[in-house]
Amino acid sequence: MAKPSVTRVSVDQITVSRRPSVSIAVVGNPNSGKSTLFNRLTGLRQRTANYPGATVEKHVGTATAGKAVLELIDLPGTFSLSAHSTEERIAVDVILGRMPGTNPPAGILAVVDMTNLYQGLYLVQQLMELELPMVVALTMSDAADLKGLRVDIDALQARLGGVTVCPVVATTGQGIKALRQALAELPGSPQPDLPAFWPELNKAAEQLSAELQGSVRRIEIERALLDGSGETEQEILGRLGKDRDERVGEVRRELFGDEPPLAREARYRYKWVREILDEVQQRAPPLTTWGSRFIAWLNRPVPGTIGLFVVMAIVFQAVFAWATPMMDAIDAGTVALGSFLASQMPEGALASLLSDGIVAGVGSVIVFLPQIMILFLFIILLEDSGYLARAAYLMDRVMRSVGLSGQSIIPMISSFACAVPGIMATRVIPNRRDRIATMLAAPFMTCSARLPVYALLIAAFVPAESIGWINLQGLVLLGLYLLGIFAGVLTALLLRVTALRGPKPPFALMLPEFRKPNLRTVLMQLWGRVKVFLRRAGTVIFAVAVIVWALAYYPRSDTVAWELAEQQAVAEASLTGGALSEALQGLEHQAAADQLAQSWLGRAGQAVEPVFRPLGWDWKISAAVIAGFPAREVVIAVLGTVYALGDAADEATLAQRLKSATWPDGAPVFTLPMVFGLLIFYACCLQCAATLAVIQRETNSWRWPVFAWFYMSTIGYVGALLVYQLGSG
Amino acid sequence: MTLASLGRGQKGVIRAIDTSDPMVQRLMVLGLVEGAELEYSSAAIGGDPLEFRLFGNAISLRKEQARHFTVSPLPNGG
Repeated sequence: MAKPSVTRVSVDQITVSRRPSVSIAVVGNPNSGKSTLFNRLTGLRQRTANYPGATVEKHVGTATAGKAVLELIDLPGTFSLSAHSTEERIAVDVILGRMPGTNPPAGILAVVDMTNLYQGLYLVQQLMELELPMVVALTMSDAADLKGLRVDIDALQARLGGVTVCPVVATTGQGIKALRQALAELPGSPQPDLPAFWPELNKAAEQLSAELQGSVRRIEIERALLDGSGETEQEILGRLGKDRDERVGEVRRELFGDEPPLAREARYRYKWVREILDEVQQRAPPLTTWGSRFIAWLNRPVPGTIGLFVVMAIVFQAVFAWATPMMDAIDAGTVALGSFLASQMPEGALASLLSDGIVAGVGSVIVFLPQIMILFLFIILLEDSGYLARAAYLMDRVMRSVGLSGQSIIPMISSFACAVPGIMATRVIPNRRDRIATMLAAPFMTCSARLPVYALLIAAFVPAESIGWINLQGLVLLGLYLLGIFAGVLTALLLRVTALRGPKPPFALMLPEFRKPNLRTVLMQLWGRVKVFLRRAGTVIFAVAVIVWALAYYPRSDTVAWELAEQQAVAEASLTGGALSEALQGLEHQAAADQLAQSWLGRAGQAVEPVFRPLGWDWKISAAVIAGFPAREVVIAVLGTVYALGDAADEATLAQRLKSATWPDGAPVFTLPMVFGLLIFYACCLQCAATLAVIQRETNSWRWPVFAWFYMSTIGYVGALLVYQLGSG
Repeated sequence: MTLASLGRGQKGVIRAIDTSDPMVQRLMVLGLVEGAELEYSSAAIGGDPLEFRLFGNAISLRKEQARHFTVSPLPNGG
């Protein structure tokens, strides 16, 4: 190999401070057990940030190895140094020391799945050309035993030029001590003693680098020569300058002839891998157990499909059945805390801000937590057990026919509970266009926050009759679910032929073996995602809740307050006991309704009434819908207040009041066409600040959330308009 | 005969690859190169994608991509 150019840091220097001074990049194939190993080595001493300009999370941890303290960077999984996704590009940029804000690695911990040496060693060979000190961790040696695989570690070590190879089982900690020791010695360890893998390539790149006065390093030029279409490589080629195009083409022709460089690289390196495998790996017939037979059976199409639907049904059930009681408890707790605080303080803006603004705002953030935690627990379990990849594979054809990809299945199903975790789950989709199409289709799925409004309107206005065995109310509910699915699918299909048009991404998926998820890894990942939600989405939801409070509270009308006091005095003089407290409560609710009517929110409702008049809405519904744009579940509380029933009115009373609401001329407001229009508006609109905040976070731009909001609002409005006008006409 | 036409449980060795398609080059990076031995295990819902075993590990490809790989079948058990 060419002469190493790394700065060597001796272990003694590192021990001066407990702060890590040396960074080690943890690199490996997807599903190689890299993150489990990273967690095992760093424990809780990790932090998560974002790479600049990307939504990819950067996981950095501190590991002690003997006396040394090392910084480990857990990179996204990759099969090679040719980057074709954002995650891979980031991994390659960090490895090449080109990532701003991240220390260039002083060494590499290559993680190789012992049951998949074939693809693992391919990456190892590429990594060895970086001329950084390296340790290879062979993970899942327990699974290799079960599969009847024997690997001659000494022979492998010799073939890798003396690089330390440590077999480990990250889940049990077996072999970790030896790995730590090897990591401690890594920064000063000698270069592998091997002839260059690809001398012609090294030489050509060295020469080009010299022509550029070393402004682009040899290894960068090698990557650029091999893979002109990769993301990192494109950037490097750009730096070479226009006049270099011809020179690069010339060098490529010399090296590869007519063969595509990437194909040549694969042929070249896998030849070496095959040679090593023939020498170091022995394969005995795998142990057949009942478990492995069951798994083999589940891999077949029909049982696999049934299995998939059973898993989905369990996830869906759990999110609804387990989360709902917790969410109800959080709701009740928030209301109780709010009214307790309000009762402890003099009435006024501060008390209202505290109870209706801040407490309710915090409540509206944490109310999402049960769903998010349960859903993510399942997603992480499915991901870590290897099932998610299989589900994506099984559903690929079906999802592709509706403009999505196999990996969209979990985000879409999750969105029936809540679009927020659903959109966060789109990270498993590697292709950007597929990911965005899924994000924009997901909010159409009927989420649990839409259900209370559906339930209220359906119970009030759809007759509880049955035609044969079909219940009309149930039929309408089913129709609304189907409407959401239809609108979502149509959106994805439309996007794929317009804004997100592009070539079909290649579908090649390694389907990992089923394995038992590691509790520690699962819990750490869960905590990581909850933190992200609280920090990014939580702040937006909270801010919006306080803004809506202010709009509904200000300005206060003295006239209303004065009339309330006067009427209270009259009531107190003429009534006693139960009748009095009932009358007082009624007066308070009426006053609250009057205050709301002249608040900014009420005025906004009146101002936009002409816009919503063609849908058959009066200002009260308009105000409630405006208040519901940040969070659709608020609508019921606002309707309760505006119809003078208080914000915690029970549904039966509210339904009764809605039925008797009339226009000034005495005609009922809530006619059947108007109610159906309202339901359609609700089914389609993106009335959820949390969803918008999460789309912003996941796409790293406001373009898509703004587009989604206008798009969905327009569909909702037009749908409601058509139903009302056609139905009333 | 191509990868897409192997029968269930049948093994084949890749003999030739139509490398002009960049997607095929991506698959080569995953180890689908001349001399690699694959066994067809099953298809997903709707008959696509296909699942193969490559050196003891499962990999799935779409049919249209599998057609770019010419294989020669191996006798079963071989």
